[in-house]
Amino acid sequence: MINAAYIHIPFCEHICHYCDFNKVFLKGQPVDEYLDYLDKEIELTLVDAPYTKFKTIFIGGGTPTALNVQQLEKLLSTINKYMPFAEDVEYTFEANPGDLSAEKLSLLRAGGVNRISFGVQTFNDELLKRIGRVHRAKDVFQSIEAAKNAGFENISIDLIYSLPGQTLADFKETLATSFTLDIQHYSGYSLIIEPKTVFYNLMRKGKLPTPGEDAEAAMYETLMDEMEKQGFEQYEISNFAKPGFESKHNLTYWDNEWYYGFGAGAHGYVNGYRRSNYGPLKKYMDPLKEGKLPIIEEQKPTKAEQMEEEMFLGLRKIKGVSISRFEEKFSANPMQYFGEEIQTHIEKQLLQLDGDAIKLTRKGYLLGNEVFQSFIK
Amino acid sequence: MNREERLNRQSKIRNFSIIAHIDHGKSTLADRILEKTNALTSREMKNQLLDSMDLERERGITIKLNSVQLKYKAKDGEVYTFHLIDTPGHVDFTYEVSRSLAACEGAILVVDAAQGIEAQTLANVYLAIDNNLEILPIINKIDLPSADPERVRNEIEEVIGLDASEAVLTSAKAGIGIEDILEQVVEKVPAPIGDPEGPLKALIFDSLYDAYRGVVAYIRVVEGTVKVGDKVRMMATGKEFEVTEVGVFTPKSTPLDELSVGDVGFLTAAIKNVGDTRVGDTITSARNGAIEPLSGYRKMNPMVYCGLYPIDSAKFNDLREALEKLELNDSALQFEPETSQALGFGFRCGFLGLLHMEIIQERIEREFKIDLITTAPSVIYDVVLTDGTEVKVDNPSNMPDPQKIDRIEEPYVKATMMAPNDYVGAIMELCQIKRGNFIDMQYMDETRVNITYEIPLSEIVYDFFDQLKSNTKGYASFDYELIGYKPSKLVKMDILLNAEKVDALSFIVHNEFAYERGKIIVEKLKELIPRQQFEVPIQAAVGQKIVARSTIKAIRKNVLAKCYGGDISRKRKLLEKQKEGKKRMKQVGSVEVPQEAFMAVLKMDDTNPKK
Repeated sequence: MINAAYIHIPFCEHICHYCDFNKVFLKGQPVDEYLDYLDKEIELTLVDAPYTKFKTIFIGGGTPTALNVQQLEKLLSTINKYMPFAEDVEYTFEANPGDLSAEKLSLLRAGGVNRISFGVQTFNDELLKRIGRVHRAKDVFQSIEAAKNAGFENISIDLIYSLPGQTLADFKETLATSFTLDIQHYSGYSLIIEPKTVFYNLMRKGKLPTPGEDAEAAMYETLMDEMEKQGFEQYEISNFAKPGFESKHNLTYWDNEWYYGFGAGAHGYVNGYRRSNYGPLKKYMDPLKEGKLPIIEEQKPTKAEQMEEEMFLGLRKIKGVSISRFEEKFSANPMQYFGEEIQTHIEKQLLQLDGDAIKLTRKGYLLGNEVFQSFIK
Repeated sequence: MNREERLNRQSKIRNFSIIAHIDHGKSTLADRILEKTNALTSREMKNQLLDSMDLERERGITIKLNSVQLKYKAKDGEVYTFHLIDTPGHVDFTYEVSRSLAACEGAILVVDAAQGIEAQTLANVYLAIDNNLEILPIINKIDLPSADPERVRNEIEEVIGLDASEAVLTSAKAGIGIEDILEQVVEKVPAPIGDPEGPLKALIFDSLYDAYRGVVAYIRVVEGTVKVGDKVRMMATGKEFEVTEVGVFTPKSTPLDELSVGDVGFLTAAIKNVGDTRVGDTITSARNGAIEPLSGYRKMNPMVYCGLYPIDSAKFNDLREALEKLELNDSALQFEPETSQALGFGFRCGFLGLLHMEIIQERIEREFKIDLITTAPSVIYDVVLTDGTEVKVDNPSNMPDPQKIDRIEEPYVKATMMAPNDYVGAIMELCQIKRGNFIDMQYMDETRVNITYEIPLSEIVYDFFDQLKSNTKGYASFDYELIGYKPSKLVKMDILLNAEKVDALSFIVHNEFAYERGKIIVEKLKELIPRQQFEVPIQAAVGQKIVARSTIKAIRKNVLAKCYGGDISRKRKLLEKQKEGKKRMKQVGSVEVPQEAFMAVLKMDDTNPKK
């Protein structure tokens, strides 16, 4: 049974310089038509699915809040129509600061949304401009205030560090400011320069002054230290929460569980198959016109691959991979199956054993990929 | 066939090759000739047909020799048999050129109507002249806006001294003038001479190994006739075989009953060992054979040596097999096992030049799927010890202790460069930096200059050609020949990683440049060697003296931050890529060193190492 879903809204009013997710400029796009076909996709997918109550739904983008009121209503009604909620559902909407009017907020609330994740990135207006964001620090305060007023009690913000031109002092300031917000959850990501972005092109021309590996590491360590001081528990490499507010949705991925992925370019893990949808709008919508799912690729990971994934995904969690759960899932002992890799990394002080758990050390958080890749055979 | 028929057939044979500078349109011309003679239906026609290796097509160069038999109905109404023998155009493969020329009576000299004669063309034309070939100059690419055929015609006459009054003006690309060229081949290239009933003499000009047929020898019959079932003897090795197959390439491999005087084709005889059919050897009949072999051609000696090591030490034997197989088709390749403290077991290999080295390396990686570490190329140094003994050193790490050395001599080449006169300054500056001695400068016409320098070969090996190209915006052409050894003040520079000497990184440098180069190379290595989980000091040392140092900092952060919206396959790919990157590195002591680091010494002339 699958009780998690990701829904992709690929429209943006502005494109950020670092973003490589599937997205298009909102203007002139067939947004209403897209929502019709999204409805169709969800219907087609769930019509034969065993009755499921969803524990997490995540609306991401793109910019889901770029939809207008009518479009939001349509999306919310689609979700309500086909996707019954579990009692403790975590229903998240990604939002740009400044995008949510009181009207939109109450609409979301009424539609069952109970968590908002704001793409704040930094509180330095100069940096916001440089990375192509259109919101400014003051919009964040207003938006979060408005969300609270609308009744939202689970609010998260994303921060990005290691931005071009960012200093450690600067990042510390952003952290200090974010702790004044009185919210429940933080994600802190280091900037990754991906191909097909403005930043990538600048980097290739040597025109992107990133702070470098040492500064990036220092910022990450600061992030972890400051979060701890403020009572936010790190539960994953990039995520911090007040106890009880860990994102169930992201944990679905790290727990290597199944989930639906709806919308253009969305990825799902459905009944043992990793699948992805067509990214371009037309390619996504065309099959749906004929009542077919817009799947471009579908692959069933072998058992060996599943075991690798259990490790490289599970180790992202601070509590690590449970040996007993691994054995239950795969009838194999990870300490034997991955004996050599685990031993090497314990010696290098990147991994540690803690009761039933294999988990990263603090040094391991910084060097996660060195560990993860060793599990890929 | 009786003697009469054979002689008649022989009189209609024309054997020729095409000489051209790289990019002057040799392969395109070959394709047009194939088309014109209907060797292939247009459906079979692929661009640049004779370059059959993927690598050749990708790089737009010819490496291996190819021959093809064509039928051409000339304007005189007779049908002629052409053998077109393709030749490589790069300076490294002069040896191969001389082999193919030995199988011909004529050569088409292709000169670009805009660019004129280039250094390499000149070298190959002289080879053809030495081989007494009839040379047919043609001027190609006349349809280019910048074409100046009359200037080029004068250049051919003045620089080479060939009569170019009848040079065909052609555009191989547009198919202009192809028939005129073929008519000239009929008229001007002499038919092969030789007695079809005399004792067999066939020159092996190339060979390749076929898993089913054994060695396939590419031969040119100079005297006599060879048939299936004949017993033949290799004159150099004395080995005897029974011929199982003879034939020609059309360009498909086409078996025939016999090959006679003038034929260029192939011969198989269940020969299992490629060493039994040395390229340049003469095949004769086992009984009543020829007494004198054909004069082979000069065996080219490797100019450049480097170490080839499998990244995965378990693949040492695979690497040996790969080299043995490549050697079958490439007699210029030499190798012998060697051991490096840093890299384990590998081979010291000799090559004709850097391109040759790169190609062999790439073929091993592609065709045999062995990941390699290549050490920086080195030349052979003549070292005279204080006790008077002479040793040859082809691996810098084997250089004797300085106290034991009386003097070191290094190979010098005569380098010929041709370029528009705007670049004379740039070329001379480069040659000075490369320790060159100016010899001569000549104007070929008002705007083109031919400059000659004597330069140590080791400087040529270190990216000279690339620098020349970039300093002259690609206009300069270049050729070189070895002229002998001269004493130089040279020292060995050792590199230490994490305080351990890495023998595979040692190199020889001129005393005066030692400090400077030491500094550049440690910075370069710092850039090329990724951060490890601990700090790694890099030092450059001459003898006991550290001349430069730098430090690779410990890795601080390598973790994927984002969750990519549940796109797990993407995460996996990213990790796989990182893992693949690690596999391409060699564990040297406790340090993982990427392949490029071993070539760092080649990049030392970067004026800005931080770039």
